Amino acid sequence: MKLASYTTSYLAALLLVVISVWAALFYFAMLDEIYDSIDDGLDNQKGLIIQKAAKDTALPNRLNFEEGGYSIKEINTQTGLHFRDLYVDTSMYMQNEKDFEPVRLLTTVFVKDGRYYQLQISTSMVEEDDLLAELLFSLLWLYLGLVATILLLNTFLLKKIWKPFYFLLAQLKNFTLTQPGNIKVKETKVDEFSLLNKNVQKLLQKNIDTYNSQKQFIENASHELQTPLAISINKLEALAETADLSSAGAGLLYSALENLQRLTRLNRSLLLLSRIENKQFTHEETFDVTESVKKIVEDFDDQIHYHQLIINIAEEEPCVITMNPDLGGILLTNLVKNAIVHNHSGGSVTILITQSVLVIENSGNDGPLQEAELFTRFAKQKQSPTSTGLGLAIAKAISQIYSFNLSYSYPKKHTITLRFK
Amino acid sequence: MKILVVEDEAEMRANMVQSLQKEMFVVEEAADYFTALEKIHIYQYDCILLDIGLPGGSGLNLLEEAKTKNNNGGIIIVSAKDSIDDKISGLNLGADDYLSKPFHMAELHARVKSVVRRKTLNGSNTIKLNNLCINTDERTLLVNETPLLLNRKEFDVLLYLAANKNRLVTKTALAEHVWGDYIDEVNSFDFVYSQIKNLRKKLKDANVNVEIQAIYGVGYKLIAE
Repeated sequence: MKLASYTTSYLAALLLVVISVWAALFYFAMLDEIYDSIDDGLDNQKGLIIQKAAKDTALPNRLNFEEGGYSIKEINTQTGLHFRDLYVDTSMYMQNEKDFEPVRLLTTVFVKDGRYYQLQISTSMVEEDDLLAELLFSLLWLYLGLVATILLLNTFLLKKIWKPFYFLLAQLKNFTLTQPGNIKVKETKVDEFSLLNKNVQKLLQKNIDTYNSQKQFIENASHELQTPLAISINKLEALAETADLSSAGAGLLYSALENLQRLTRLNRSLLLLSRIENKQFTHEETFDVTESVKKIVEDFDDQIHYHQLIINIAEEEPCVITMNPDLGGILLTNLVKNAIVHNHSGGSVTILITQSVLVIENSGNDGPLQEAELFTRFAKQKQSPTSTGLGLAIAKAISQIYSFNLSYSYPKKHTITLRFK
Repeated sequence: MKILVVEDEAEMRANMVQSLQKEMFVVEEAADYFTALEKIHIYQYDCILLDIGLPGGSGLNLLEEAKTKNNNGGIIIVSAKDSIDDKISGLNLGADDYLSKPFHMAELHARVKSVVRRKTLNGSNTIKLNNLCINTDERTLLVNETPLLLNRKEFDVLLYLAANKNRLVTKTALAEHVWGDYIDEVNSFDFVYSQIKNLRKKLKDANVNVEIQAIYGVGYKLIAE
């Protein structure tokens, strides 16, 4: 839900409550005022009638409400003595409306020549239901008018005010640390927004700097590690050549050499990964995927024979793309190697090549793997303790540079699909 | 055979110098740009091992200098940078090979010998091991004038061991040389073993007077005069 609609809906609900409460209060206050005014009128009429009655010698005994809207009848003294003025709402037949209409009726008592008379004065009343309906209608219009105003305000004014915010949001949506472009902001007079803009820019710049220095650090560290690694390996090789080495000593030495070798591979892979991410492979040319795959499979001939794997390469269409040939070789090698290494003896690898897709299927011991983990760094399978765990991460990094889509699925076998377009 | 090692890292330089001296090369060394420049201008070398990142200047400049002064010698770039750009510009400037650190000494020997073989004027492209004669260009073998057939991998293994004859070659170095950098699998050494076994059998059947010794499971040593 958008911010504008959110506030509008809240305001609309709130207004409904406020206006309803206000309407009730207004209605009763209005009614009270009307009664007050009518009762005053009745009171005044009472005074006039009593005055007139006092002057009249013949007492006008009127039992019906004829012209003048009042009636007089004689009552006994006992009732007259205890009577108090009484205002009531009642209804009375009206000639003009031909219906019973609400009236206000004042019942009072006066004395003339020692005899008590009851006087009833009626006056036409407001029709309450009419008043209520009228009030309800006007309030409905008021409410609708207010909501419309708020909507209008939101659509035009708020949209304008929040423009810098949405602009920033759009920029953030497209932001990635690996390809940081310049984050642009819209000038704004609103303090909060300009503060937000400034801080977001600062935060992102900080992140970009950290990311870059981290990248640089990995690359530098890997570089710096090469020479000491080289020295250690060569010294151990020199030691291994000395004649006075026992079998146990040689074993230890070899194990140390092996591990240094592993460290070297790891280091090289990390270095390669940072080079790929730093886009240091710029040169591009046409690259024949099928040809490269065939050559790579040939290179792995010994492994394939050793594991008695069945390799199937099906080229449905020729696949030629434009990319850096070194990266292309690394990408395909890592994928093919992955399928060969993570396999069991007598297993199979099926490679399908079409114009824009490369599919590599391989049998393996495990069931489906987690795609999300598979392409991350150091996502190791338990099968191969010596693998660097960087092969597929490197493949992923290369794919990302060329916007290839590299994905994993498990219909029946491990399947890695590389979409070139 | 005279070799110049240009390398600023003392330990690294010492390793290379000592190992190459064992191969009966005359080895000189330079630790910085200007020493190297001076030596290149004064002496002739059969092979120069050149580090790119040097105090005082870039190894690539030295490469250009050496190309003009040291026509006949081979040049191998030895760099920790392992960057494709360096490799390409180095090879474009006329380097004969590129070796990225860390490397095995056995690999260094093989590369140096290969470059020297190619560069030596009217030098032979053959290696003689007792009664075995390896032609490195044609990739053929002669045992007492009788041809011996080996497959590609077996030939590579033999040639590599021959370049390091009478010296220990670790299994890793051999595997990386023959099967490439992608050998990082547990079982990779099993097919090194099977390849050596086949090779030994073929050499024995052909009465080749060369022995391939296994050293404590660390590696192999080709014994020949």
